[in-house]
Amino acid sequence: MKKLIINNSILPILTILLFIVIVWYLSAIPMNSEKVTRQFKNLSFTEHVEKTWNLKKPKLPTPHQIVNEIINTTFYKKISSKRSLVYHGWITLKATLAGFILGTFLGIILALGIVHNRAMDLSVMPWVIASQTIPILAIAPMIIVVMNSVGVTGLLPKAIISMYLSFFPVVVGMVKGLRSPDQMQIDQMRTWSASPNQLLWRLRFPSSLPYLFASLKVGIAASLIGAIVGELPSGAISGLGARMLAGTYYGQTVMIWSALFAAAFLAASLVFFISFIQNYTLRKMAILR
Amino acid sequence: MNIFLILFFIVWILGWLINIRLSLIKNANFLRFFIPTLFGFVILLMWEFLVLGLNINPVLLPPPTAIALKFADSLDILWIDFVQTLIKGALSGYILGCGAAILTAIAIDKFNFLKRGLLPFGNFVSALPIVGMAPIFVMWFGFDWESKCAIVVVMVFFPMLVNSVQGLELVDHSRQDLMKTYNASYTQTLFKLRLPSALPFIFNGLKICSTLALIGAIVAEFFGSPIKGMGFRISSEVGRFALDMVWAEIFVAALAGCLFYGLISLIEKQLTFWHPSNQK
Repeated sequence: MKKLIINNSILPILTILLFIVIVWYLSAIPMNSEKVTRQFKNLSFTEHVEKTWNLKKPKLPTPHQIVNEIINTTFYKKISSKRSLVYHGWITLKATLAGFILGTFLGIILALGIVHNRAMDLSVMPWVIASQTIPILAIAPMIIVVMNSVGVTGLLPKAIISMYLSFFPVVVGMVKGLRSPDQMQIDQMRTWSASPNQLLWRLRFPSSLPYLFASLKVGIAASLIGAIVGELPSGAISGLGARMLAGTYYGQTVMIWSALFAAAFLAASLVFFISFIQNYTLRKMAILR
Repeated sequence: MNIFLILFFIVWILGWLINIRLSLIKNANFLRFFIPTLFGFVILLMWEFLVLGLNINPVLLPPPTAIALKFADSLDILWIDFVQTLIKGALSGYILGCGAAILTAIAIDKFNFLKRGLLPFGNFVSALPIVGMAPIFVMWFGFDWESKCAIVVVMVFFPMLVNSVQGLELVDHSRQDLMKTYNASYTQTLFKLRLPSALPFIFNGLKICSTLALIGAIVAEFFGSPIKGMGFRISSEVGRFALDMVWAEIFVAALAGCLFYGLISLIEKQLTFWHPSNQK
């Protein structure tokens, strides 16, 4: 069955990808041709097109330029070097993971409180939802600057932004999950005279796991975004976000795009990692077959 | 231990006790609004007393009263920023992006090949840090609101697309068969059955995208903007350590976000009255 699904969708996906790449190359011609005509004179059409695809600071870099840049900065630079994409990616990854772990714990604790305490349910839950209408990413620079001036620097300010972004999906998912056992199952636990603790660990927690994993996937993508935006304020010199900003300042479009692709790759592998754990755990628990 | 710190603890404990008391009352409808309001008010009071009591430098964390004063003081600037960022940048991008996504979803839904190719792609892109594209868009579309609009379009497009396609897909088969027995055409089925029953999903997408639009428009301004706009104001006032103004902007953003979210939920309640979650 699974093989069938893969076979069924791999051709469409490849077609779409090919389509995107073709459109990309085609649109690079008009977008970069202004710059080419300014730099070079009397080019034949094919030469002109070739130049638009290989400019040094193009308006729209072509895929092969980006891939070259990524390969260059990943494999041919020392990992500790400031020019290495691995170095910047690692800095961002550290902040992301720290924020994600903090956020997950905060989210689970809040969810436990909300499920067990009616006062907390009534007073905290609306504010958890309201907290997400505050565009935290928009005030990320302020948080970073203020924390820097208090003396908190480095990893922690970025991690706090990531935490703020990732705790919300966890709270919402966990509250839903912890409440997912129905009355019959809870009554069954009562007939076994289970203590509240046993009820939590033997029934509520296991049945909340599918919800938890779904939230974790959203949460980790959100924490990566948080970490990247946290690196934007001036002063940050390392991390994928800082690399994008540096690219903007110096007009190095290839650098921006390669940082962007590195971030995309990071996001995809983080989400993939979580789904791997999800599949493993849920299979072991016989929730998923 | 000064007077403000003592007040801080008194407010804390009093608020706590009142909330616990109130939450023991069952089935009182007004409490659903009253308890969270009280909770928020207590937090604000605690914030005020803590700042005063610990002598926190207002440069780091201004007390709520100072923010309120600043807010009342600079309504004209806030209004200009609000129009520049939220109306011109975020709202136009939101409408364009969500509209395009819904139309694309309808088109995709008709062709199974496109659905299988684009949907995994859409799922992938919605997990990506699209905000990072902001500098590129500022480079392409200039400093003014057009670039903000563009980034918002890209940010909201894929989450909206994925939600709409899911909604269109999940229509009950027996209902579709019923439409067939009525000899309904494709457009009739689309407008009378499939779009209405996809509405809960579409509204879910609209809600998610409302926050994304705010964020996109504000963050894009960090990479360059005319000398107005909320993102510009936030980054420039942070540089001057005028944090009360920053908080006033945040307040505007949060207020606008809440109101917009509320508006969407209200329309949703009106349009999806038939959905089980809206019935008692």
